[in-house]
Amino acid sequence: MSNDKLEVSGGASFSCNCADSSRRQLMAATAAVGGAVGVGVAAPFVASFLPSERAKAAGAPVEVDLSGLQPGEMKTVEWRGKPVWIVRRTPEMLESLKKSEAMLADPGSSRAEQPDYVKGAGRAIKDEYLVCVGLCTHLGCSPSAKFKPGAESGIGDDWPGGFLCPCHGSRFDLAGRVFKSMPAPDNLPIPPHTYVSDTRLIIGEDTKGA
Amino acid sequence: MSQMDTLLDKGKQALGWVDERFPLTSLYKAHLSEYYAPKNFNFWYFFGSLALLVLVNQIVTGIFLVMHYKPDAALNAAGVPVAFASVEYIMRDVPGGWIIRYLHSTGASAFFIVVYLHMFRGLLYGSYRKPRELVWLFGIAIFLCLMGEAFFGYLLPWGQMSGWGAQVIVNLFAAIPVIGPDLSIFIRGDFVVSDATLNRFFAFHVIAIPLVLLGLVTAHLIALHEVGSNNPDGVEIKKKKDTNGIPLDGIPFHPYYTVKDGFVAVVFLMVFSVVVFFAPEGGGYFLEYNNFVPYDALQTPPHIAPVWYFTPFYSILRATTSNFMWVLGALALIVGGLTVVSTKSKNVKALAVGVTAILLAGFALLDAKVWGVVLMGGSVMLFGLLPWLDQSPVKSVRYKGVLYASVLSVFVVAFVLLGILGTKAPGYAFFGLIPGEPVAAVCSVLYLAFFAFMPWYSRMDATKPEPERVTWK
Repeated sequence: MSNDKLEVSGGASFSCNCADSSRRQLMAATAAVGGAVGVGVAAPFVASFLPSERAKAAGAPVEVDLSGLQPGEMKTVEWRGKPVWIVRRTPEMLESLKKSEAMLADPGSSRAEQPDYVKGAGRAIKDEYLVCVGLCTHLGCSPSAKFKPGAESGIGDDWPGGFLCPCHGSRFDLAGRVFKSMPAPDNLPIPPHTYVSDTRLIIGEDTKGA
Repeated sequence: MSQMDTLLDKGKQALGWVDERFPLTSLYKAHLSEYYAPKNFNFWYFFGSLALLVLVNQIVTGIFLVMHYKPDAALNAAGVPVAFASVEYIMRDVPGGWIIRYLHSTGASAFFIVVYLHMFRGLLYGSYRKPRELVWLFGIAIFLCLMGEAFFGYLLPWGQMSGWGAQVIVNLFAAIPVIGPDLSIFIRGDFVVSDATLNRFFAFHVIAIPLVLLGLVTAHLIALHEVGSNNPDGVEIKKKKDTNGIPLDGIPFHPYYTVKDGFVAVVFLMVFSVVVFFAPEGGGYFLEYNNFVPYDALQTPPHIAPVWYFTPFYSILRATTSNFMWVLGALALIVGGLTVVSTKSKNVKALAVGVTAILLAGFALLDAKVWGVVLMGGSVMLFGLLPWLDQSPVKSVRYKGVLYASVLSVFVVAFVLLGILGTKAPGYAFFGLIPGEPVAAVCSVLYLAFFAFMPWYSRMDATKPEPERVTWK
C-alpha cells in the first residue's frame, strides 16, 4: 500500500497531499501544546521521587558521650541515618598511621571530604579520637574494624591495623585513609563535629573559631 | 434430536454470539489450534512455557503475600522493623503463609533458572536470527524487567541483605559522572536506604514492573507467533508448505505441544515442590542467611553477596579495577582495528575509529568504578546485539562448526565461573590455591570476547550445509 493513499470505507481513495495545510498546522500546534502539558503533568510525579521535606529535615546533630570509651575501643552512632565511628586511638594506633603512609592512595587527604579543621595524618581535632562516617566510598557498605596489626588480622603481615570493607575488600587505615589500588577511590569522609567538653562531642555541627 | 445434540447446538450458538462480538475462535485458532510449531522441538523448548508457568506462580503468590505484608521501615513496639516483622508474621502466624512465601521466593530462583536455560536455547539454535530479532529483543527487555523485579523485591523483607544489597546497587548509579550522586538520592528518595526507598520499591515490585512485564510477555508471544518458532535445525518450516498452506514440518500447538508442555509442567512442579518443602532456602543461595536478621543501617554483615542469579554480572563489576582498564583498552583496540581492516565502507571505518577513540579516552579519564557499572549493565545488554553480531550462514549449532561449539562452551564455563566467584568474598581462592580475582578477570574478558569477536569467528567457522527439512526421528 502506498503511504500517501488512504482507503476510505466507500472504497474511494484520496491523496493526503491535498490535506488542508492550515489544519495541518493547527494539528501540529495542538500536538506541541499537548506535549508541553504532558511534560508539565509529569513534573510532580518526577518530583515526588526527590527526598521529602521530612527526609531533608531529619539531619539533627547528635551528641555523644565519650567518657566510657576506653583506649583502643570504637563506638558507632547514627547521624543522618549513617554510621559515624568514634575510635579512641592508642599511641600505638597513632604510630601505625606513619607506617601506613606509603601504602595509601591519598595520604594527605587532599581529595577527601572533610572539614578544614581536621588536618594532618590523624584527620582529627584531637588526635586521640577519630570521628568519621563509616561508609565505604566505593559503594557504601560499612567496613569492619580490623584493629589488630600484622598476620593475626588475616589480611597480611604488613597490615598496620584499620578497616576492611566486607563487600569489595577496600582497606582503610586507622585514620580512614584508603589504601592504594582499592575499589574505593577516596578516604572515608569526616563529618562536621565539635567538642563541647572533654568528653562530649557533637556530630553534625562545625567547630567555630577552633 | 438427542439431548446431547441440543446442548452442543446451544453451545455453538453461544460461541457464535461471542464471535460476532469478540474474535474468540479466531484467536484460539491463530495462537493454539492452528499455530503450527515445528515438529522437532526437543528438551530445550520446554523452558518458554515453564517461564510462563512460573510467572503465573509469582503473580498469584504475590497477590496473596501483599494481603499480609507491610512496607514499613519504622520499628514496632518490639523494636523490630514492621516490614521484617510482617514477613515473619506471614511465616509463623498466617495460615498457609509459609508455603505461599516459599512458593514466591523459590519461584524467583526458578524463574531465573528457567529463563537462563531458555536464553541458552537461543544461543544454541540461533533463535535470535532473522526474522526473530524482535522476539529476541522483547525477550531481553523481559530479562531486564525480571532483574529489576528481583532487585526491588529483595528489599521488601527488610533484612540485612535487603538493605545492604540495595545500598550497594543504588550507589552504583552514584558512579555516573556529574549526575550520579543526585541520581542515587533520587532513586532512594532519601540520603540513605530508608522507608521512602522501601515504599517505592514496593510500588515498583507489585505494580509497575509486573504491568510492563505482562505487556512485554504479550509482545514476545505476538512477535513469536507472527514469525513462527525456530527449531533445533534452525531451518524455516514456512518454506515448505502443503497445498493448504500449512508447513509440512509443522504441527498444531494444541493439542500436540499443550500436552507435551503440560507433562513437563508436572515434572517441573515435582522438582519445584521438593525445593519448596525440603530446601526453601536453597542452601543459603535462594534465601540468604543474613536476610533473617533485620536491616541495621550501622553494620554491614561480614560477608555480603547478591543472590546467585546476579552474581555473574556482579563478578564482572568487581573484576573491573584500574589494572583491568588496560585489558579493556587492548580489547577495544583489537576490535576497532579488526573492524577497520575487515570493512570496505569508509563510514564504518570512521565510526570504528571514532568509537574506539572515545572508548580509550573514556577508559583513561573516568574511574574504573564507572566502567565497572557500565560493564555490568552492558554485559546484559550485549545479548541484544546478537542478531547483528552473528554472521554465520546457518542458525543452529548443529550446522555451525567446531569453532562456535567451542566458543559457546567457553562462554558457558566463563559465565558459570563468574557466577560462582560472585557468591564468594573478595580474596577467595578455588581450593585455597587458585586466586579468584585473576580468574574473574579472565572470565570477564572471555565473556566480552564472545560478543566482541562474534562477527569474525562466526564467518570463519566451517559450517555444514543445512537440511531442506527438519530432521526428526
